[in-house]
Amino acid sequence: MAVMTYREALNLALREELKRDPDVFVIGEEVGLYEGAYKVTQGLLKEFGPKRIVDTPIAESGFTGVGIGAAMVGLRPVVEMMTFNFALLALDQIVNSAAKLNYMSGGQYNVPIVIRGPGGPAHQLAAQHSQSMEVYFYHVPGLKVVRPSTPMDAKGLLKSAIRDDNPVIFIESETLYNVKGEVPDDPDFTIPLGQAIVRREGTDVTVIAYMGMMYRAMEAAEELAKDGISVEIVDPRTLQPLDTQTIIESVRKTHRAVVVEAGAGFAGMGSEIATEITEEAFDDLDAPVLRVTGAQAPMPYARNLERLKTPTKEKIADAIRKVCYANGSR
Amino acid sequence: MAKTMTQKAAPGLGLDADLARKLLRDMVLIRRFEEKAAEAYALGKIGGFLHLSIGEEAVAAGATSVLRRDDYAISTYREHGHCLIKGSDPRRVMAELFGRVDGLSRGKGGSMHLFDKEHNFLGGHAIVGAHLPIAAGVGFAIKYRGGDQVIVCYFGDGAVPEGEFHEALNLAALWKLPVIWLCENNRYAMGTSLERALAQTEIWKFGETYGIPSEPVDGMDVLAVRDAVGRAVERTRRDKTPALLEVRTYRFRGHSMRDPAGAVYRTKEEVEREKLRDPIVLFRDRALKAGVLSDDDVKKIEKDVNDLVDEAVAFADASPEPPASELFTDIFKESA
Repeated sequence: MAVMTYREALNLALREELKRDPDVFVIGEEVGLYEGAYKVTQGLLKEFGPKRIVDTPIAESGFTGVGIGAAMVGLRPVVEMMTFNFALLALDQIVNSAAKLNYMSGGQYNVPIVIRGPGGPAHQLAAQHSQSMEVYFYHVPGLKVVRPSTPMDAKGLLKSAIRDDNPVIFIESETLYNVKGEVPDDPDFTIPLGQAIVRREGTDVTVIAYMGMMYRAMEAAEELAKDGISVEIVDPRTLQPLDTQTIIESVRKTHRAVVVEAGAGFAGMGSEIATEITEEAFDDLDAPVLRVTGAQAPMPYARNLERLKTPTKEKIADAIRKVCYANGSR
Repeated sequence: MAKTMTQKAAPGLGLDADLARKLLRDMVLIRRFEEKAAEAYALGKIGGFLHLSIGEEAVAAGATSVLRRDDYAISTYREHGHCLIKGSDPRRVMAELFGRVDGLSRGKGGSMHLFDKEHNFLGGHAIVGAHLPIAAGVGFAIKYRGGDQVIVCYFGDGAVPEGEFHEALNLAALWKLPVIWLCENNRYAMGTSLERALAQTEIWKFGETYGIPSEPVDGMDVLAVRDAVGRAVERTRRDKTPALLEVRTYRFRGHSMRDPAGAVYRTKEEVEREKLRDPIVLFRDRALKAGVLSDDDVKKIEKDVNDLVDEAVAFADASPEPPASELFTDIFKESA
């Protein structure tokens, strides 16, 4: 095991897959000469050359479509969105073409493409650069959606995404690029898409959280442990397909659940997971499933308002206490 | 600058009888196939949207006649002709229109989404402009692998005001991708005329903007189309540069079967006037006059095509609906 940052883990995954398969190429804004707006593609142009590390003009729909067309005839593009907010300009390409071509062609033309880049709230990036973009994609049949929380997951899941024969939406986070963690050295190490992981074992309540929210949930769990509340944390890692089995097994054990997500809550991931739990494990529940979500507002710029918009450790801890009836509310 | 449209009227037409028969046969096939499809639509055997290219047959026939089998084509939702002439089995195309299991996509695509991998036909795409970047991507892949194929990307004048037209033309020119941009300018984007949609109605001139060879072409003259696309394909194959052809054509029918008359936004006089330049009649008469084809040739082509299309309809009619399991197959490709 080597210790490296999330950014380095992504970079290593790209390097290994570029070496492994000559059909893999990286395309996007500033991925080559500039070495990536967030330096995820650092060194790749030098190592693999401009044929395989392709700088594009600012034309998200155009270069995403180029990736889709190249994938239709057998290449394996990794398309970088400088931030995933910009993917809205390519939403038609992703939703109407990448997701549907295999189906509409009766299985003749699959689209092995990865579209990756950072998304979700960061630090005072304001309304247009802070969105939790996964909601726009996991609703669409034909897309796989990954949100990797750790360096190990970033590497193992990105490699699986690149080797997958289908379109994979792979959303990273600006706030995690410098997070360090252990990453296996084996170039054949991958993590299958669609497998959740129990990040922390506990007995009283299951918290389902990913990305930055997972780390805040871990902090809340540490704090609540002092009060004798034992929190289990499940990180879905892949949102589509969603590993409901791991979530349900955990809830059957703890009988309580809190779902955390950074984005606005209405019809979000929390709604889906809460529904799955209710449908599958209603009789196991000792309390209603609670959601802790971003406020139903655009992301404000001001630091204090940004804090109000985003789920905090305190809000997560409050929700956990509430489902455990440990805050005197019941 | 002014450019004269490509015209081709050499004595004897400059083509042999086999090629003349093929061009006429291909155009008649598209016409009869779509006439039968319209009948089937009226009978409720075909649902949804059905967009006919009747009047525009010279484009698919002329363009495809200069392609190699391993070249690619990609198109819009008005793509029956492009798909048929690229080599698809009319029976399977008709079955797809009928939503039956023997269709090209086992009935899951329909009229607007014909795909045929065996013939490198990359689809009917029904979001205007969206397949242009995809065509650039296929060109990118050809170049990436060092191949010498080209892709012909058919699109309508309605795609020209879309951003993706400009993104795709820019990228293909910037990266020297082997894409023939073939605009089928039939003067109306649904009911919106060229003049109401574009500040620059000479669409070929956008090629000059992006620094690629471009020209207007008489799309009612199959030989003019063949000549212009032939030159473009040769140059693109050799120089790996894209080209833009504005092929001026006209649809005799409405935008779709739901717009059968197409008379709200254009006059009957205009439609009748354009029908005087029916591409099938024009070519047939020229070929007969030049002695390249005989009356017997024409009769035989008519009969053979009628038989083929009747067979396609019978085949589609007899094909079962897709089984319920098809609902959930092909959402994802299972990795090997």
